[in-house]
Amino acid sequence: MSRRLPKGGRLIDRSQAQSFTFNGRTMRGYQGDTLASALLGNGQMLVGRSFKYHRPRGIVASGAEEPNALVNLGTDKTSEPNARATTTELFDGLVAESQNHWPSLEFDIGEVNAKLARFLPAGFYYKMFLWPRGFWKHVYEPFIRQSAGLGRPPSHRDADRYEHFHATVDVLVVGGGIAGLTAAKAAADSGAEVLLVEQTAHWGGRAPVDGAEIDGKPAEAWVAETVAALAEMPNVRLRTRAMGAGVYDHGYALVYERLTDHAPDHSLPRHRLWKVRAGQIVTATGAIERPLAFAGNDLPGVMLASAVRDYVVNFGVAPGQRTVVVTNNDDAYRTALALKDAGLAVPVLVDARGEASGPLAEGARAAGIRVTPGRGIAKVTGKGKVSAVHICLQSGEGGAIEEVEADCVAMSGGWSPAVHLWSHCGGKLIWDEEEVFFRPDPSRPPTGADGEAFVRTAGSASGAVGTSEILDDAHEVGKATAKAVGTSATRRAAPKADTAARQPIAPVWNMPENAPYDLKAKSWLDYQNDVKVTDVELAAREGFESVEHTKRYTTLGMATDQGKLSNINGLAILAGQLGQDIPNVGTTTFRPPYTPISMGAIAGEARGALFQPVRKTPIHDWHEDNGAHWEPVGHWRRPYAFPKDGESVHDAVMREVTATRNSVGLLDASTLGKLIVKGPDAGKFLDMLYTNMMSSLPVGKCRYGLMCTENGFLTDDGVVARLSEDTWLCHTTTGGADRIHAHMEEWLQTEWWDWQVYVANVTEQYAQIGVVGPKSREVLAALGGDVDLSQEALPFMQWAEGKIGAFDARVFRISFSGELSYEVAVPASQGRAFWDALLAAGEAHGITPYGTEALHIMRAEKGFIMIGDETDGTVIPQDLGLSWAISKKKEDYLGKRAQEREYMRDPLRWQLVGLETLDGSVLPDGAYAVDTDLDQARDSGEYAAGKEAPLNGNGQVMTCGRVTSTYHSPTLGRGIAMGLVERGPDRMSEVLYFPTVDGSVVQARIVTPVFYDPDGEKQNV
Amino acid sequence: MSEVVSAMPRAETAGTITIREAGLRGMITLRGDFSGSTFREAVSRVTGVEFSEQRRVALSGERGLCWMSPDELLVLVSYSDAGRVVEDLSSSLDGQHHLAVDVSDARAVFRLEGDGTAIREVLAKLSPADLRKAALPVGEVRRTRLAQVPAAFWFADDRCAELVCFRSVADYVWGLLTDAATVGSEVGHF
Repeated sequence: MSRRLPKGGRLIDRSQAQSFTFNGRTMRGYQGDTLASALLGNGQMLVGRSFKYHRPRGIVASGAEEPNALVNLGTDKTSEPNARATTTELFDGLVAESQNHWPSLEFDIGEVNAKLARFLPAGFYYKMFLWPRGFWKHVYEPFIRQSAGLGRPPSHRDADRYEHFHATVDVLVVGGGIAGLTAAKAAADSGAEVLLVEQTAHWGGRAPVDGAEIDGKPAEAWVAETVAALAEMPNVRLRTRAMGAGVYDHGYALVYERLTDHAPDHSLPRHRLWKVRAGQIVTATGAIERPLAFAGNDLPGVMLASAVRDYVVNFGVAPGQRTVVVTNNDDAYRTALALKDAGLAVPVLVDARGEASGPLAEGARAAGIRVTPGRGIAKVTGKGKVSAVHICLQSGEGGAIEEVEADCVAMSGGWSPAVHLWSHCGGKLIWDEEEVFFRPDPSRPPTGADGEAFVRTAGSASGAVGTSEILDDAHEVGKATAKAVGTSATRRAAPKADTAARQPIAPVWNMPENAPYDLKAKSWLDYQNDVKVTDVELAAREGFESVEHTKRYTTLGMATDQGKLSNINGLAILAGQLGQDIPNVGTTTFRPPYTPISMGAIAGEARGALFQPVRKTPIHDWHEDNGAHWEPVGHWRRPYAFPKDGESVHDAVMREVTATRNSVGLLDASTLGKLIVKGPDAGKFLDMLYTNMMSSLPVGKCRYGLMCTENGFLTDDGVVARLSEDTWLCHTTTGGADRIHAHMEEWLQTEWWDWQVYVANVTEQYAQIGVVGPKSREVLAALGGDVDLSQEALPFMQWAEGKIGAFDARVFRISFSGELSYEVAVPASQGRAFWDALLAAGEAHGITPYGTEALHIMRAEKGFIMIGDETDGTVIPQDLGLSWAISKKKEDYLGKRAQEREYMRDPLRWQLVGLETLDGSVLPDGAYAVDTDLDQARDSGEYAAGKEAPLNGNGQVMTCGRVTSTYHSPTLGRGIAMGLVERGPDRMSEVLYFPTVDGSVVQARIVTPVFYDPDGEKQNV
Repeated sequence: MSEVVSAMPRAETAGTITIREAGLRGMITLRGDFSGSTFREAVSRVTGVEFSEQRRVALSGERGLCWMSPDELLVLVSYSDAGRVVEDLSSSLDGQHHLAVDVSDARAVFRLEGDGTAIREVLAKLSPADLRKAALPVGEVRRTRLAQVPAAFWFADDRCAELVCFRSVADYVWGLLTDAATVGSEVGHF
C-alpha cells in the first residue's frame, strides 16, 4: 500500500498540515501536495472506475497526462467534474469524490461489464446499431445509459468569477522546465520581450527530480538562480499555474491561468484565459512517458516510472513498499535508484533489452538492485491492486519464469516529446528510429503569414534527450526566436551540463513480444476508455487502417486525457497489425486545448448581467419603472406592453391599441435605425439600394422604401427623408440598423468606391418618439414651440425641424398605425425629458404609452408588412403586393435582375393576402393552409383514395399558404391575419383550411390585407 | 435647450482604478479627403488643434481630433459647441465632398484614472488591442472592442484614459470596467 514516507518531499511543507475529504472520508496532507500525492500518502490507491468496464483505477501519472484519477471537486456551487487529481493542488477543506461508480467506489455493480468484455469489442457502439435489431431498445439502451458517462454536470450556478486577458508579446515560451527557462533567458538576453508560462506551481520541470547538474550546480539551485535572474529582467514576465492551452494562426495562443484553484476565493477570478498575440512561440513542453502494454497493466499500483519517482522525491510519498521496475530504456533506472534512496524495496528491475549495460544500469547494480535483462512482464495479478508480478522472457509468449511479490509496478516504455502545441497549427512530425518517438520536424514548422516559422520547440519537446542536449537546443531556439522578432542574438553561451552516456532504448509495444490473445486482451492501451491491444488489432482486421478511423472505432485516445499515454502505443500496435512502419501509419490530429479548460474561463466576464450587452434607449428607465413587459429586439430591449397592476399582458395590449386609435398613444421608437447618406452621388446610390426612386424625393419630404438583396429578396424597409440637396436620412428596422449600415459600406467600398457618398449611423444620436392617434396634434401643440404642425404646413409624409416646447426636434409626419401620427426625434440626452413632457401634455387626453405588440397589431390592421414576419429571406416585394414601390423606370437597383428570373415571376408564388377566420378566432402563427377540408375529404373517401386529394408524392397533404402575422384586433373585435397564399390576390373570398397542432381545423376567408381605413382618411387629416 | 442628461450621470467607482462617467461631450463624425489641404486647414482652423495623422489624437482642453480611419475623424468639442462647430465645418467645407454630423448624444464617455499600468490592465482584460505603452502611447487613439461592444479609447496622459462607447450600452461598459477593476484581480503584466 502507498504511504507517506517519514521524510523527504521537496515540494511539501510538513509544518503545514491540510485536511481534506475523499468520498466523505477525512484525510490529511501537506501544503504543496497535489490531491494525487495526498491520496497516495493516505494509502488511497483506488481512485476511480474506467468508462466502459468500470474497472478499478489507480493513479498512473503525476501530471497533466493522468488518465485515471479524475474526481469531482467541491459541492453545489463549486462542483466541478473530471478534475485531474494529479494537477489539483491540495488546500485545506478540499472536497473530492470519485466518479463513475455505483453504489460505491469499492463495490461497483457496473464492474460486471468487465465479465462481459468479450461482448463489448472494438466498434461495439457502431456494431450494436446493426444487429440484432431488437437489442438496441431492450438491451443496449438501458444497459449503456446506466453505465455511461464520466462525472456529473454541476447542478448549481457556478459561484466563481472568470476573466480574460489580452497580451501582445514578442515571444511566448510555454513550459518552465530547464528548456523553457533556457530559451526564455536566451531570447530575453537578446533583447526580446518574453512571456514565460508554466502549467504547474513550480519551475524547473523534471530536472530537479531526475538529478541533473547544470553549470556545476544541482538543477534545483540552477533553476532558482535562473528564475531570479529572469524575474529581474524588465523585458520578462513569468507566470506559474498558467498552461499553454492552444496555438492558433498568426501567433495567437491561449494560456489558461488558474488563479485561485489552490486557494479558493469567490471574490477573485478563479481562472484567467490569456489571449496572447505572440510574434514567436517556443514550446518547451517536455515529454510524456509511455506505459508498457502487458497484461494487468491497469491494476491500481501500476504506474509510470517517472511518476513513482515524482511521488517519492517531490512529495515524500511511497506509491508502494515493494516496487518492480520494468523498462525498455535507461530512464526508469532513476526510479529504482530513487526508491532505493528512500529505503524502499525494489525486488527486481525488469529490462526488456537484451542487455543492461549503460551507466545507470551499472549504478543500479552497484546499489544492490537485481537487474534482469531480456525479460518482460507476462502479467500482473492481484484483486483490485497489484500483488504479484509474473516475469517472463521478453522474446517469448509469456511463460512465467518467476513470480515476484510486489505492491507497485513502475513502468517505462520510453518518452514521447509533448508535440501538441507544435502540432496545433500544422507543425509536422518525423519518426526518430533511434530514440523511438515522433519528434517535431523543424523543416516543416507551423508558418505565419510571411511563410516563416512562428513556433519552435525547445528541449525534450524537440526530441532532445540528455541535459546537455536539452540546454543546447533550448539556447539555440531562444536565440533563433529572438532573431525572428528582430533582435540580435545574445552572445552568451548556453548553460553547461555533462554529456552522459546512454544505452539506447529498444522499441517494445507488446510485452512479451509474442503475447497470446488472452494476455493482450488484458493489456490496456487507453485506461480511461478501456481500449486494449486486442481492440486495436481487431479494428485493423476489420479494415480500419487509418489511424483516425481506428481512433473513432475503438475510442482510443478519445477520453478526457486525449490519449496522452495511449496514442503512440496504440498506433504502434496498429502499425504492427497492418505490417507497416510506424511513420506510415502516422498520428491522430492534435487539437487544442492541451488539457481541458473550464467553461468559465472561456466565458470570461460574460455571465450574469454581463452575459450579453443589452442596449437601452434613453427612455429605458421609465419603461422599467412603469412595468414594461420586455421583448428583445436585436440587442435592444423594447417594451412589448405596459401591463398595469392586475392586468394581463394581452389586456394591456388591447387597451393600448384602443387608446391610441381613440385618442393618443406614445411609442418609444428610438431603436429605429437612422443612417445619414450624404454626397454628390448619394441620390444615385440610394436609387441602387432601394427598389423605388429616392433621388427624386424633394427636400422636406419622406418616402417609404424597400431594400432587397442581390438575390432580389426583401431585406429591410423604412421611411427615407431628404434633409438637403445632397443629404438623405434613411430609417431602417430596429434590427437592421447595423446590418444595413454595413451593407451600404460594403457596396461603397467594394463596388462603387468611386462614388462620392459618405454614410454615418446616427441611430443613437436621437430619441425618437411616436405620438400617435387622433389627438396627437393637440398633444404636440400643447407643448408649444415653433413648428407648424397643421395639415397645410406639415402634411402626411413630410418633415419639419424646430422647437417642440423647449426641445430641439425633427418632426416626421409618418404613420405606421394608420392614425394621424408624428414621429419626433430629439437629441438622446433630451429624450427622457421629452417623453416626460409628452406624458404631461397628453394627460388630458389619457395619453397611453404602448409597446411593440400594439404597434404590430395596428400595422397589421392597416396591412403594413413587417420585415421578419412577412419576410423570411425568400420573399420578394412583388409577393407582398408592393409592386407600387418598385420603380419601373430605373435601369437597375439591387435585386432587379434577380426579380426578373422565371421563378420570381411564377404566377403560382405565394402572395400576401389578409385572412379572416370564419368564427372570429385568432389563427395560430405560422399555420399552413390547405385547399381542402381534410375531415370532409377523409369522410367521403376522397382523401384515402388519393383521388383529387391534394397529396404530394410522399402522400402528404399539399399546402398552399401560411400565416405570417396573426393577432386579435381590438379595433375590429376579431382575429385578423396576414399570410402568403398561392395566387392569393386572385382568390379573394375563397375559404382556406388551417389544420392546427391539436388536430382541429380553422377556416379562414381570403380578404384584402387592409382591414382598417383602406382609404387612409385617418392618417391624412 | 431642454434638460440634457448623459447616459449615466455622475457615476463613479473606485477599484484598481477610478472609473467615472465624464458627462456629455461634443462629438462630431467628420469624413472627407485627408489629402486635400483645404480640408486639413479647415479642420484645424475650426477645431483649433493640429490635424491628427494616422492613429493619433490631438487634444487641447476640451477640444480634440481623433483619427478614426483614412477618411474619418472624430472631432471633440464641448457639448454646447457641437452644433455650432458642425455648422462651421459644413460652411468651411462647402463645395467639397464631406460629411460632418453631430454624434454627441449617441455616445457615452468614461474617464479611467489612476496608475497607468493598472488602467492598461483593466482595458486589456476587455479589449484585444495591444496595450503596451510603446504600442499605445499617450496621444494615440484605438478603435477596438470591449468584450462584446465597440469602443474607442486614448490616454490623455499617463494617469488618465478616456473611453467612448455607444450610449445604449453605457451601463454594460460600466459593468465591464468595474468588474475588470476588481481589487485583487490585478495581473501585474504591464
